[in-house]
Amino acid sequence: MDKVRIMLQFLQANQESFMNGICGIMALASAQMYSSFEFTCPCLPEYNYAYGIGILVVPPIWFFLLGFVMNNNISVLTEEWKRPVGKRRKDPSVLRYMFSSMTQRALIAPAVWIAVTLMDGKSFLCAYSATTDLSEFLNESHQNLPKKALIKLQATIPCKDVFDEHAIISRDAATIYIRCLSQACGWTFLMVITFAAFLMRAIRPCFTQAAFLKTKYWSHYIDTERKLFDETCKEHAKSFARVCIQQYFESISGEIVPQLQLPQKKGKGDKEEDGEKQKSDEEKLLGVRKEEDMNKVLWNWHSCKPPLNISKRAQEANGHVHSYSSSFSDEYITQTSEKKTAVAYYSKV
Amino acid sequence: MDRFKLVLQYFQSNSESISNGICILLSLISVKLYTSFDFNCPCLPQYNKMYALGVMFVPPVILFFLGILVNRHTGVLMEEYVRPLGKRNKNPAVVKFLLSAVMQRSLLAPMVWILMTLLDGKCFICAFSMNVNPKHFTGMPNSTGLELIKILAKVPCKEDVIFKNSSFRKAVSRYVRCYSQAIGWSILLILIFLGTVARILKPCFNYGTFLQTRYWSNYLDVEQKLFDETCVLHARDFARKCVMQFFESMREDAALRLPLTYALRPGQIQSEGAEEEEDRLHGITRLDQVDHLLQSWYECKPELDVTKMAYKPKVCITWEDHNGKVLFSEV
Repeated sequence: MDKVRIMLQFLQANQESFMNGICGIMALASAQMYSSFEFTCPCLPEYNYAYGIGILVVPPIWFFLLGFVMNNNISVLTEEWKRPVGKRRKDPSVLRYMFSSMTQRALIAPAVWIAVTLMDGKSFLCAYSATTDLSEFLNESHQNLPKKALIKLQATIPCKDVFDEHAIISRDAATIYIRCLSQACGWTFLMVITFAAFLMRAIRPCFTQAAFLKTKYWSHYIDTERKLFDETCKEHAKSFARVCIQQYFESISGEIVPQLQLPQKKGKGDKEEDGEKQKSDEEKLLGVRKEEDMNKVLWNWHSCKPPLNISKRAQEANGHVHSYSSSFSDEYITQTSEKKTAVAYYSKV
Repeated sequence: MDRFKLVLQYFQSNSESISNGICILLSLISVKLYTSFDFNCPCLPQYNKMYALGVMFVPPVILFFLGILVNRHTGVLMEEYVRPLGKRNKNPAVVKFLLSAVMQRSLLAPMVWILMTLLDGKCFICAFSMNVNPKHFTGMPNSTGLELIKILAKVPCKEDVIFKNSSFRKAVSRYVRCYSQAIGWSILLILIFLGTVARILKPCFNYGTFLQTRYWSNYLDVEQKLFDETCVLHARDFARKCVMQFFESMREDAALRLPLTYALRPGQIQSEGAEEEEDRLHGITRLDQVDHLLQSWYECKPELDVTKMAYKPKVCITWEDHNGKVLFSEV
């Protein structure tokens, strides 16, 4: 029991820490990409703004979409959203929770890119050097330049090697000024998102804690259920294949073994392990032995999900006749659940 | 039993050491952030102070909020503070203890940033170079025709042309940096002194109450972790049963094309694993039961009394003689 507990704690921590790890890696990747990217401002009034703002805005969108793509839960969310209602009703709060947690994780790398870009200042400088009011940095003798010429001059400020009007405007001072503005924007941006995240996480328990526990449980349940279903299908396919091949060999060899006698086969001189293995294969088949049945299983899994009710009463409710009143049968079932005896019910023949 | 004790000790020490580890990680991040940040003083009289003080105080606020965010105990604290009373009384001392622990850990990274800016000196020079009295320094460039304050405002910018061949800029920077470092070291000394005094004098004041509040705050943390873990285990077993049940419900009798009776289905042997699984489900087998459980966990926390569970009467057979006197009993 202790081992199970430790393992499960690790697994649960592992899944979350795995997703957090991917987040962290993407954030580092975005910072690294920025530092290795060679920023080349066009230094022309018509294109500066587009280039500067493009570098600020387009890679974050790309990172955001990549964050969604790399998250495995996106297909779980879409499946849960699109499935027909079936026997299990849909809970929109669970969908919202899953979507919001995925969005939060996907927003980290874009935020890092925007913060790093603003702190560095190059894209801001490129975008706004032409249009900012830099009259403070103009030399007094050139205060009356025509506007168009001034804009064209200011547009070349980001490019050290192109700019050559040091007499008219002090390039270093203007660059420092615009970079300050950029850094102020960057810090403000970081402050705003940190405060928003703080409000969401620290103040949330004041409002919806009970509902939050429910949605957290059910979204985790949906994820686990899907994994277990895939696992069960794989096991079933293996057993199906094994039994199919065995039956084929038997049919070739001329021995026809009726279905119900299969469990007795181990007495016929087969080795103990083979009999055991076949028995567990039979169990693993869970009674689904035909292609149509398996297709029906897979089809109904999506179009008509089973209800969230695994009590013994629900198990017996599959097409049996209850000759007792419901309250009596409840009592009966709760009593017999402790005793582990098989109870005979009559089928609808 | 010993193994269990070890595991629990590991749990207990682990929560605090994880919080401490995250706290230190955040401080290292703040150091790295400072060293990689390109400090860019505007060198203009109207903007210097604003920029420098902004750089000195805005990142600490961000780091403080970040510290509160990533701390696990914040969630425990908020839940304990806002939950309805239920069957369990609320102890305000525990909430205060948790709050002070969260605050102390969150204040480390901001203090590291502030101390780094002070010891480095760039922010201080940018903010306060204009407040220096230039008469103490020789070599001031007065041939440029600029006002005094504008010259002083340009001191943080090394590359500015007016300071060529002049030791004035270096002298002023050095002077302001000394001030900055003195303030930084003083603050560090005061903080360490306060911390030491608090630690030494703590046993003198209400130590018994302190032990109690520490125990119960740790208990809340462990209880929440165990609850989450139990929910995870439960969800897994619930899912497994649901999937099995689904497969079996699709099953049809090959010959008669009708659902088989329960007893005739092969492979319905109750194995050891199924027994354990049923135990882990704790009888919670329906959607509404799970919802009710989670709702009442929040709204009506159980009382802190496990006598019933710890001393559950075991089933035993008692042998009595014909007078009704108990001879012996065995489990």
